[in-house]
Amino acid sequence: MKPDPKGVLTGAHYLDGDHACCEGALAAGCRFVAGYPITPSTEVVERFARRAPLVPGALFIQMEDELAASIAIQGAVWGGKKAMTVTSGPGYSLMMEHIGLAAMTETPCVFVDVQRGGPSTGLPTLPGQADMMQARWGSHGDYEIIALSPNSPQECFDLTIDAFNLSEEYRVPVMFMMDECVGHMLERVVIPAADKIEIYPRRMTKLPPGQFLPFKPGPDLVPEMFKAGDGYRIHVTGLTHDFRGYPDMSPEIQEQLVHRLVDKIRVNTPKIIRYEEIDVAKADVVVVSYGITSRVATEAIAQARRQGLKVGMLRLIVCWPFPENRIFELASQGKAFVVAEMNYGQMVLEVERAARGRAPVLLAGHGGGTVHNIEDITQKIVEAQKCRS
Amino acid sequence: MSVRQRERPFGRPKPEVPRGEIVILEERCKGCSFCIEYCPHKVLVPAKKYNAKGYHPPEIEKPELCVNCGFCRMICPEFAIYTYENPKPDAASAGAVSVKGDQP
Amino acid sequence: MSVLKELEKATAEAPAIGCAEHPMDNFMRMDRMPSIWCPSCGIGVSVNCFAKALEKCKIPLDDVAVVSGIGCSGRVAGYVKVYSFHTTHGRALPFATGLKLANPKLKVVVFSGDGDIIAIGGNHFINAARRNIDMTVICINNFNYAMTGGQVAPTTPGGAYLTTSPFGNFETPFNLPFLAESVGAVYVARWTSLHVYNQTQSMVEALNKPGFSFIEIVAPCPTIYERAQKMGDGLDRLRWYCDNSEINNEAQTKDIDIRLRDQIVVGKFVDKTRPTYLEAMNAHFKEILGERYHPYEG
Repeated sequence: MKPDPKGVLTGAHYLDGDHACCEGALAAGCRFVAGYPITPSTEVVERFARRAPLVPGALFIQMEDELAASIAIQGAVWGGKKAMTVTSGPGYSLMMEHIGLAAMTETPCVFVDVQRGGPSTGLPTLPGQADMMQARWGSHGDYEIIALSPNSPQECFDLTIDAFNLSEEYRVPVMFMMDECVGHMLERVVIPAADKIEIYPRRMTKLPPGQFLPFKPGPDLVPEMFKAGDGYRIHVTGLTHDFRGYPDMSPEIQEQLVHRLVDKIRVNTPKIIRYEEIDVAKADVVVVSYGITSRVATEAIAQARRQGLKVGMLRLIVCWPFPENRIFELASQGKAFVVAEMNYGQMVLEVERAARGRAPVLLAGHGGGTVHNIEDITQKIVEAQKCRS
Repeated sequence: MSVRQRERPFGRPKPEVPRGEIVILEERCKGCSFCIEYCPHKVLVPAKKYNAKGYHPPEIEKPELCVNCGFCRMICPEFAIYTYENPKPDAASAGAVSVKGDQP
Repeated sequence: MSVLKELEKATAEAPAIGCAEHPMDNFMRMDRMPSIWCPSCGIGVSVNCFAKALEKCKIPLDDVAVVSGIGCSGRVAGYVKVYSFHTTHGRALPFATGLKLANPKLKVVVFSGDGDIIAIGGNHFINAARRNIDMTVICINNFNYAMTGGQVAPTTPGGAYLTTSPFGNFETPFNLPFLAESVGAVYVARWTSLHVYNQTQSMVEALNKPGFSFIEIVAPCPTIYERAQKMGDGLDRLRWYCDNSEINNEAQTKDIDIRLRDQIVVGKFVDKTRPTYLEAMNAHFKEILGERYHPYEG
């Protein structure tokens, strides 16, 4: 389906990542944003506050804290709108309970985390990439989410639309993991005409009230959606519930529900994962990276090639679910891995796990605050090459 | 000098007191006794029998006194009792109580 | 048969308890009765009054949404047969804010307990009232955290014995109508579980009134609070309310604290008017942006 042209700012613009993300949300049909100011994500909501009064049906509200913001968007989704909230590290920690609620009630919404140096208050104005594991495991209990990572303002626009589409398709909260560098970097962003953008419409049910079981899954393990006011009069709860939505305290229902919530993503992983490979087929060393670090890694790879090494890059676009099968394939081909990320080792643990001991995996990491030195990554590539032999 | 008011002006007809029929859904009752206590005409008493959960539901002792005020219906926390208006009860069903048992 | 198919079959065949008997049965999910509330708990009475109030207001049930938090009072959402949302602890109000702003045609009612609304949800309460979001908040005050076993709450009167105040509560409690009035609620009332007709009338007024309406219902908690204070059971408590509550609509909210074993002042204390959030937003943007602005309708 095509988006409402009134929300699409068609044209070539000079935007930073935060602004591009806001435009992407509007293009995807997001009409409700509840936010709380936190550096470096504030610009997203500032732009939305400016744009919302002039886009019909859009509303912005600044809530009193991130806890309120993360649940107000879920209220708005059940009221019939597409909704998003925006935060950074400390606010992301506050939102964890409600990410769990969104996963349990299968509420489609987008959480944007513009990562900064952490932990705790950390480096508010400087980049980091240390929330990656938290995106996957932050809330309590068993659940699965989808996480994307853009590496340029243009991708901030494109992938925000994809984030909304994935959340509607799988009825899951989607984490949009930007970092401060991409968020505050100004680049050319081309926004196409509305009829060139594809958005995934909400999977509203067509069954009449009385026949509709709101949490009964379809063949792809995703149930159909409804909205308050349509006549279905359904109960939505964070307690473990059966197909009707009624709470049921029994291990059988827990198995039925939670196993499906997890399988919903795991079974559909081949359709969800996305990564970009450059020169991987003939490479000896593969650099795995995402976000702003991938752009530094590109230069490091060029440097390494000039030294005669055969290096390729695997850039994660969808970070969760993780492309373990591809990593295992490459590991079995005898390649070595260098994981370049702006933390002390998070996605490297996934690469190690996926490689299952068949390939050496090295970490080119640092604590954040600035992007990598190119030489540090190049050095690790040289080391990885040595590890191979 | 105080003015003594007549209770009833001359010539006005005597107002009719409404009559009510009580329906008790015994299986829902949890024996809180709110309805028994607050019936203005003390129509209800606790029954000797138990329902399936072991509570004593109310029992109608004086059905002819029910005036369909509806207070028992409003004060019951379990939606287990209600009344409806029955202006002309016949002899057989005068004050009849419909006591419904249902599946626990 | 696989577990899934068996469960499906059981769901479809689940017997409904006493369906279509009581006049209010189309309002309650009778297939989930009996409720988890204790005998002589005051929550059921308020739900009964709420059903009556909806009937009196003639609001179509498809347009009503009930949002509640966690706790005994939070279970109300599970039993009413309207759109109901059982959210996280303390966050019913921001959820209701998002729901109402996304779909202003809905009549949004928040039904929750004292600990949920004013302790963990305190920040959300004062901001939702300040913004005057159009919703009705019914706070069942049983002076403790009952669901978790009876811990002290910000509304517990001084001197009460609860599991986390085993030597008596020395903290000063909130005076909920005073708090609600001071943060800008446009309708504030307090009733006890005994005042069923007053409760219903207040709910009717609050549902019809645009803006943030707050109704506090002082309810008995016979299994925990009343038992710990040796005040008897629900019936004893209702008899006590009968003798010790005073209806005073002219009372100043700052004077109506609840003290243990002391008089309770009930009544409708505040009934004023000011623009709701959406009214203020539309008026403001219309003034600033002029013709370019289309009023927000959801």
